[in-house]
Amino acid sequence: MSQIVDAFSAVENTLPKAPTGIAGLDEITGGGLPRGRPTLICGAAGCGKTLLAMEFLIRGVIEYGEPGVFLAFEETAEDLAQNVRSLGFDLQQLVDQQKLVVDHVHVERNEIEETGEYDLEGLFIRLGYAIDTVGAKRVVLDTIETLFGGLTNVGILRSELRRLFRWLKEKGVTAVITGERGDGALTRQGLEEYVSDCVIVLDHRVSDQLSTRRLRIVKYRGTLHGTNEYPFLIDETGISVLPITSVGLQHQVSAERVSTGIVGLDAMLGGRGVFRGTTVLISGTAGTGKTSMAAHFAHASCHRGERCLYFSFEESRDQLMRNMRSVGVDLQHWVEQDLLQIHANRPTSQGLEIHLVTMHKLVAQFQPRLVVVDPITNFLRLGSQTETEGMLVRMIDFLKQSGTTAVFTSLTHGGHALEQSESGVSSLIDTWLLLRDIELGGERNRGLYVLKSRGMVHSNQIREFTLSEAGVDLKEVYMGPEGVLTGSLRLAQEARERAATTFRDQEIERRERLLERRRKLLEAQIAAQRAEFEAEEAELLLGISQERGAADVLLADRFEMARSRMSEVTNHTPKNHTRKSLPPGAYT
Amino acid sequence: MTLESTRPQAFADSSVGYVVDPDVWELRLYVAGQTTKSLIAFENLKRLCDEHLPGKYTIEVVDLLTHPQLARGDQIVAIPTLVRRLPHPIRKVIGDLSNVERTLVGLQLRPAKT
Repeated sequence: MSQIVDAFSAVENTLPKAPTGIAGLDEITGGGLPRGRPTLICGAAGCGKTLLAMEFLIRGVIEYGEPGVFLAFEETAEDLAQNVRSLGFDLQQLVDQQKLVVDHVHVERNEIEETGEYDLEGLFIRLGYAIDTVGAKRVVLDTIETLFGGLTNVGILRSELRRLFRWLKEKGVTAVITGERGDGALTRQGLEEYVSDCVIVLDHRVSDQLSTRRLRIVKYRGTLHGTNEYPFLIDETGISVLPITSVGLQHQVSAERVSTGIVGLDAMLGGRGVFRGTTVLISGTAGTGKTSMAAHFAHASCHRGERCLYFSFEESRDQLMRNMRSVGVDLQHWVEQDLLQIHANRPTSQGLEIHLVTMHKLVAQFQPRLVVVDPITNFLRLGSQTETEGMLVRMIDFLKQSGTTAVFTSLTHGGHALEQSESGVSSLIDTWLLLRDIELGGERNRGLYVLKSRGMVHSNQIREFTLSEAGVDLKEVYMGPEGVLTGSLRLAQEARERAATTFRDQEIERRERLLERRRKLLEAQIAAQRAEFEAEEAELLLGISQERGAADVLLADRFEMARSRMSEVTNHTPKNHTRKSLPPGAYT
Repeated sequence: MTLESTRPQAFADSSVGYVVDPDVWELRLYVAGQTTKSLIAFENLKRLCDEHLPGKYTIEVVDLLTHPQLARGDQIVAIPTLVRRLPHPIRKVIGDLSNVERTLVGLQLRPAKT
């Protein structure tokens, strides 16, 4: 909003402006009405001309220290004082403080006869005197065209009015002139001809029995201004104009992530939830838990100590709090701590634009970090697709501007494609969560998946999500040859898997035991064979040594015999004997 | 002089077509400086009163340039304005009073043509 002001005021510093102090109006006029020049405010009866003019004057006195004069041609000073008292302004007090003059100019045709030449010098003198008395900087003429009803000489009136506006300019007062809308022209008497610096048209339209007030700047010489029709609201604090049609796409973005309040969902969104200041859409058919999910967002926000504004268009405040308690979300607690405001309203109670102005105003007042609109679909009943989209764009832009995270729920009707959001807002949505029914095995269960989530890695899985007293829980779903398994089927599948797992474990154990047994058997066989071999070996070795012993004895005997015979081999035989006994091969 | 005391609708509604011969005529002529229109109006008024209300009238000329605060009291918008303060109800004739017939109607010395 402030960016608009900057944009407008940056362009021209030349044209001085008188701020109106009316919420929103200064934004679209780029700072206020042209200072020292007359401004025409016209519109049909009952569209708020007098109130706008009066607020301009009173706020001028209170907020900008500029005294004012209200020249009333239609209402008496008492009536006017009464009218603005409901807005919290004490007119009489300002009059007593010499800050304001309210002069009721009454021209009664019945008591006046016209003859010959005259002029409106009397009016000039009255106005001049009033201006001088309080040193007025602002003047309101409401509604000067009444003079045409009191006086018959139109020629004189016209030239005198022309003179009056010139005179006002010379006086240097910022004037507001109101005029009733005429057929095919802005005002009945063509005042726009004389007041050519700034013309603002107010409109009060009723469509489908819902009324919407709108304001448009038809012209504003020498300055840049918003050219659209802006809805405005009259409530206990006066007039609020909604300055945004589209703020544009210049908003700052945040890399900060905020939790959705559901652990499993945070995990699906890259483990850390959604970006702050983005727009989340939760869409789904009836009874899929959209509100519960939105309440979790709100709960998480309040838990972080951040304010949340919850617009409930289907359930009353108390009903919402009661129902959410059943899924473990205590909203009342946060309401009491002033962290949460719930505004429950029937969408049909007022027009689309007025809803927007109201929301805008509440957001500006409460300064929440999270705004929940539950659901946005109901607005479709109030206007066409284009109008609703337009409204949502403005709402989203406004929230993005202030870095407020928005959560919208949207009801999709059965039979439509799930990806088709009723309000056609998909392109505006940063994170889109889709809730759907999964009917399987005679049960209806809830499934959730992330249809899109800009700027983050997110899960592509469908999760089953359950609501219990402990809140929302996301469960893995089973994808098998039969499709997605949910609810009891999922539980059955889980049991089957558990059984299968147990069986597998036992099987492994059994095989391990078998292996062990085999190994032991083998080892036993090896040991037996080895024992057999050892026994055989021992026996063989024994045989060998016996054989060797016998041979030695034979040799010795032979040697002994030879010695006894005194044979000639005596010299070398012992040597032979020694040599022959050493190599083992000698025996074989 | 308060706003209420001079609000004249209540009288206007009950007014008859014209007044026949009351004794006191209190007239006030509002002007803004010595303009031609003002002077003509005053002369016209004087002549008319001498002719139709001899000895029964008083004329007070109020110059709003010197007494601007008085304009509010009698709801003066046009200049010159002749106000018949007495007899009741209050009547006003605006303009330079050059049309004698209309002035007489305005002061209710003649019935208005239907």
